[in-house]
Amino acid sequence: MSDVAERVKKIVIEHLGVDADKVVDSANFIDDLGADSLDTVELVMAFEEEFGVEIPDESAEGIVTVGDAVKFLEKATAKA
Amino acid sequence: MRRVVVTGLGMVSPLACGVEQSWKRLLAGESGAAKIEGFEASDLACQVAMQVPRPGRAKANEDSFDADAWMEPKEQRKVDDFIIFGVAAARQALKDADWAPKTYQDQIETGVLIGSGIGGLGGINETSLLLQEKGPRRVSPFFVPGRLINLIGGHVSIEHGLKGPNHAVVTACSTGTHAIGDAARLIMLGDAEVMVAGGAESALNRIGIAGFCACKALATAFNDNPKAASRPYDRDRDGFVMGEGAGCVVLEELEHAKRRGAKIYAEVIGYGMSGDAYHITAPSDDGDGAFRCMQAALKRAGLKPSEIDYVNAHGTSTMADGIELRAVERVLGEAASGVSMSSTKSSVGHLLGAAGAVEAIFSVLAIRDQIAPATLNLDNPAFETAIDLVPHNPRKRKIDVALSNSFGFGGTNATLVLRRYEA
Repeated sequence: MSDVAERVKKIVIEHLGVDADKVVDSANFIDDLGADSLDTVELVMAFEEEFGVEIPDESAEGIVTVGDAVKFLEKATAKA
Repeated sequence: MRRVVVTGLGMVSPLACGVEQSWKRLLAGESGAAKIEGFEASDLACQVAMQVPRPGRAKANEDSFDADAWMEPKEQRKVDDFIIFGVAAARQALKDADWAPKTYQDQIETGVLIGSGIGGLGGINETSLLLQEKGPRRVSPFFVPGRLINLIGGHVSIEHGLKGPNHAVVTACSTGTHAIGDAARLIMLGDAEVMVAGGAESALNRIGIAGFCACKALATAFNDNPKAASRPYDRDRDGFVMGEGAGCVVLEELEHAKRRGAKIYAEVIGYGMSGDAYHITAPSDDGDGAFRCMQAALKRAGLKPSEIDYVNAHGTSTMADGIELRAVERVLGEAASGVSMSSTKSSVGHLLGAAGAVEAIFSVLAIRDQIAPATLNLDNPAFETAIDLVPHNPRKRKIDVALSNSFGFGGTNATLVLRRYEA
């Protein structure tokens, strides 16, 4: 697992209070991990804080699974 | 008017988590006061508070409040402590009442009316610092719902499926009393059959203490002797000691309670309110507001002053103690010598918006157990009175009728009258 993936999963586990084995790339925050719309806003904020990047609202809307977040953040941090 | 009875009790207090646990410690003469723990207090004029005992803290006891037992850690992060306390007290009260509405009809007939004096002061403080430091994009989506006072009721209704009236009271230190009185009225008028009512508070943080210090409301002379700081009616009192926690009761229409065989603690027979129209923080010297409030409650109850046995006083350990005492004397007249009046704030401190609820519960238990809890630290009474102020030790006595008083900033007053239930 990449460093980014590990950090993303740690944040998801902390914020949503879910078991680590459920936090797989295909897991949808709302459908699989029990998040509501406010939880997803907070998750995005936590990613921004952890990785020191800004995630515009348009991009945030496309981040619905753990894998989406990892992919977005790997790209965003590679650029930096 | 329909009759309303108390069928469930729940509490988180500076003495313990739990009603019986708190009551037992109250009657044993314990004080919840200690040096402030958990935040920097060394530069505050008042360094004493009545914090809820928690595992791992110096104040911990075997009845400590373990937040994890009441709310998942990930949910705790989203709300201020007053909501967690309120959720815990409401769950205890519903369990005690053995009321878990499952049918749609039962759900729409059960409501919530839980208030707070101040609400999420800690979270507002922390978030405003974050806003200053890191900008608006760091403000959590849970900032607003985690601070709002009516979100105690929001959480309680969601957890238990209560779809009846969903209301909240904000009347400073009278909140808990108003919440129970208003909820009883909703049942009397037929808006609900069952109400979960009470108050919750946690303003025990730097900004909360600093703010009340600025109002010159807190005890500052007892930083080295915390347990002596809350001393209502005593010559050396110099301010109140802030407490935190929550109290909730289940109120129920009498026939509803009887039909399901609920245990009945007491009946709510009177409720009075008044406004001082005098000053933002001080009561008027003549005690007019308090007097009219008690009068109104007695009128509703249809009682004569001589029928009162016990008064749970507002008695904050401030200059206002004497104003309330004289107002109570005026209400009682010649009946004063037959009445015991104590301030349980000497033991649990001033829980602000939760005070009235916690004290109503103590009044209910005083009726149940026929005992008036004590006023601690009343070493040198500042007043001569015919009323028994129950110094130092609780008093076994007949208690059929109890009054519980609350008076708040803004000149808002409330009195409840509770009576031993008789068919």
